[in-house]
Amino acid sequence: MSSPAQQSAGKPVAFVSAQALRARMHDAVNDPHLRQSFRGAMDFLMAKRAAQFPDQGELDSLRSLSESIRQYSLSKLPDLLEQLEANLTRNGVQVHWAETPEEANAIMLGIAQRHAARLIVKGKSMVSEEIEFNHAMEAAGVGALESDMGEYIVQLAGEKPSHIIMPAIHQTKQQIAKLFAEHIPGVDYTDNVDALIQIGRRVLREKFEVADIGLSGVNFAVAETGTLCLVENEGNGRMCTTVPKVHIAITGIEKVVEKLEHVAPLFSILTRSATGQAVSTYFNMISGPRRGEDKDGPEEVHLVLLDNGRSQAYADEQLRKTLQCIRCGACMNHCPVYTRIGGHAYGTTYPGPIGKIISPHMMGLEQTHLLPTASSLCGACGEVCPVKIPIPELLIRLRGEANSAPHANPAMVGQGAAYDPKISLLWKLWARLYARPATYRAFTWLATRFRALTPTQQSGWTAARTPLKPASRRLRDMVKDRR
Amino acid sequence: MSSPSHGANTPRTYPSRPQAVYFYGTCLVDMFVPEAGMDAITLLEREGIRVIFPDNQTCCGQPAFTSGFPDEARRVVEAQLDLFPGNHPIVVPSGSCAGMIRWHWEKVCAGDPALKARAEAISARTYELAEFLLHVLGFNRKDEGPATTVTLHTSCSARREMGTHLVGRELLARLGNVTLAHHDHESECCGFGGTFSLKHPDVSTAMVSDKVASLKATGASQLVTADCGCMLNITQRAAREDQDAGRACASLPGEHLATFLLRRTGGSPCGDQK
Amino acid sequence: MSARERILAKLRKAQPELPQHLPSLDAHYAPRVRGESRQERLARFRTGIEGFHADVHISTAGNWPQVLATLCAEKNIQTLMYGAATPAAAQLEATAFGGTTLRPWAGQFEDLKADLFHRVDAGFTLARGAIAETGSLILWPSGDEPRTLSLIPPIHFVLLDAATVHPTFYDALVNENWAAGLPTNALLISGPSKTADIQQTLAYGAHGPKELIVIVINVEGGTV
Ligand code: SF4
Repeated sequence: MSSPAQQSAGKPVAFVSAQALRARMHDAVNDPHLRQSFRGAMDFLMAKRAAQFPDQGELDSLRSLSESIRQYSLSKLPDLLEQLEANLTRNGVQVHWAETPEEANAIMLGIAQRHAARLIVKGKSMVSEEIEFNHAMEAAGVGALESDMGEYIVQLAGEKPSHIIMPAIHQTKQQIAKLFAEHIPGVDYTDNVDALIQIGRRVLREKFEVADIGLSGVNFAVAETGTLCLVENEGNGRMCTTVPKVHIAITGIEKVVEKLEHVAPLFSILTRSATGQAVSTYFNMISGPRRGEDKDGPEEVHLVLLDNGRSQAYADEQLRKTLQCIRCGACMNHCPVYTRIGGHAYGTTYPGPIGKIISPHMMGLEQTHLLPTASSLCGACGEVCPVKIPIPELLIRLRGEANSAPHANPAMVGQGAAYDPKISLLWKLWARLYARPATYRAFTWLATRFRALTPTQQSGWTAARTPLKPASRRLRDMVKDRR
Repeated sequence: MSSPSHGANTPRTYPSRPQAVYFYGTCLVDMFVPEAGMDAITLLEREGIRVIFPDNQTCCGQPAFTSGFPDEARRVVEAQLDLFPGNHPIVVPSGSCAGMIRWHWEKVCAGDPALKARAEAISARTYELAEFLLHVLGFNRKDEGPATTVTLHTSCSARREMGTHLVGRELLARLGNVTLAHHDHESECCGFGGTFSLKHPDVSTAMVSDKVASLKATGASQLVTADCGCMLNITQRAAREDQDAGRACASLPGEHLATFLLRRTGGSPCGDQK
Repeated sequence: MSARERILAKLRKAQPELPQHLPSLDAHYAPRVRGESRQERLARFRTGIEGFHADVHISTAGNWPQVLATLCAEKNIQTLMYGAATPAAAQLEATAFGGTTLRPWAGQFEDLKADLFHRVDAGFTLARGAIAETGSLILWPSGDEPRTLSLIPPIHFVLLDAATVHPTFYDALVNENWAAGLPTNALLISGPSKTADIQQTLAYGAHGPKELIVIVINVEGGTV
């Protein structure tokens, strides 16, 4: 069979730039099939999460604790990273540091080449998506095969994940059935989900058996013990980290916690917030390669620590909260915008609210400044975030960074990208008008008395609504009359 | 104090019934829905409260704040800080403006400790109209209207910043002849979001159209809401759908909770007199 | 400067002087530790893991090999692989298994890989303990019972002593002081492998075992 790895080799997956966001949003909201499937899926996930937290008090307490653990960890981040490195090294794990996606890919390609690897099987890793790992490997002639069922489907289709937890959420079983029948030799069309999963199991088991390297992400890295924790349901994560001779884990630098016990509440709130599961099928704690009496497990384990803009978020006390994220996806499940446009429209590795606040640090504001504006600030994301990231506040902050005159904040890549002197002037005038009661009164008096002159085309408002028209008399006029 | 918009439940302690309140009408009500403001004032006065309307009030600064123009927001906020010299509660007929005052004024003033302290003192005594009616005045007048079924939209700010999402329900529940019809995805945003509706009309339209459909599906005779932003967004979307479909009468009329409460309990809303 | 030094330097520059306050985790968990009996705790574990599609059989210290043999016969297991050097192995080997071949793990993974993938029908391991709150098994694979024994064969049998069920994950790892020395791999397992990646439809037997069967040694012999 031709593996999806081979099919997509040399062809960068079409990931449109964030500037085309508007066009993609337009297409997405006008795609009834997409709208219906995301609405259904999000309703399902919201209900499942809600069922996991019947007691508001317990949820509040667990969220506060989880927030504290993440903030505590971040406040000691450089220390914890060094401690993690020392303990992993002691355990026999090789630790690598990468500032950029290119560096991370080069490190991993080096490992692959040292082992003359031909096939890398991958457990689910959003960081590997972030650095376009598959593409980098394939360009160098190393196959990279996704083994998470959703990721496998997405790779087979030549797409990118549309959700960080459920990558193939945009595909129907009929589409997947077609995909399998077309791409996997000897497979007939079936849209029976069990049958489809068994096909995937068969194909991927053959690959686990022969793969040279297994790649995985990391959910939590424990500094005091030098342990990498992985959360999964399928068992492919265990396969990737156990069967091949080499295991490479890649993670963002923010994922470290100090103590093993810190993992217990975070793990619990992660699975419950993400998929509404009390616990995932597997929680895999890896503290080193095969050693001593061990009879299996990889002979080499590597950890790649990736920055890719995270240190920029870290540098600012408010924006640092972005790094509290444990990638549960609850913010997108509850987002009315995500529900209507799906994950691909964002054009970034991480879609939804978390994508809007993390992508600017990874890609710069030039490409991403529209993302923070694509929110009604309804606060649903912040309300469910298990580590209490004040997402709406961060969106407002990023809007400000994008709007302000260039060079106002050199620490932020792309700051000022949306600066428009005309818009800034308008807001200045607005402020002048509203900060001076007499001027304001004159303005509103005119606007109400000459309301017949109100324009009937009111930009985005009248795209779908009847025009706004001032009342004939203001509230203050009515108040005055009454007295 | 930090905003509870990320779900922290901060139960609020309410003052006892005051003699007077400041009424902060909001710029939207002042210019577009003055009758809602007037009816709110009438409701408060009927409960025996003296209502002070500071004539120099303009806007809470929210449009600039949420658009990412914090300096401009601060300038406008600064101009509001002198409006409330007495120690009376401040009542706002809008969840989002109340939320702005309660949680964000101190943030936009954070650079100046003196300003921040003044903002905080005001935030602490700012209440959304509905919560003030229920929790401070114990609003409980006899429903004198005919039997009717209405549907309620609670703004995201009321729900997630002011934590008053149950207040509207409770007030309507006290009206004997009013049945509240719940709509699907009740906690979901109506898609207004201030400049969001201007900047991203596609998504905003999708959201408000869904909201209109959900509200209409209840079969309720009208919409009640305590936020004029959401109200204009929803009803003018519905009006546009009516227009496009050639319907002569409004399929989803809406009004502010204050107007509705006043009419049901024997008062005469100022819009009805015309 | 290396990437490591540059990253650490950037972080150090912004690091707060004092670490953020961290409330005690014990305070969160202490009120939750239920004063329940062993039977109640076992019952909670059972409800939990059965909810995740695992089968649970209650047995005794003397009778569990018989239960296992019966299950193997029912499921038509040709080859059952187990760890040779565990206390349970001797008991297992002393039991008549009928049509099922008992095969102890012998050698390194590489010697057994093809068999594990293609010829072993079921793996048998001990559990180190379990978690009542979530219905999870705790496994600490070792040289005696390697990691793949609970991963590659399509059926996984686990022997659990009811005395080792903890109220929560937190209790397990704190009371047993896991941080003092973790094995290469420690695991929580809650049911057979599964996925909902196709249209949120739950399907079992994704990449790991299709069936998870827990045999509980319940010394007090109470009914659960
Ligand atoms: S921002 Fe919060 S809700 Fe969103 S993925 Fe991260 S942890 Fe989950």
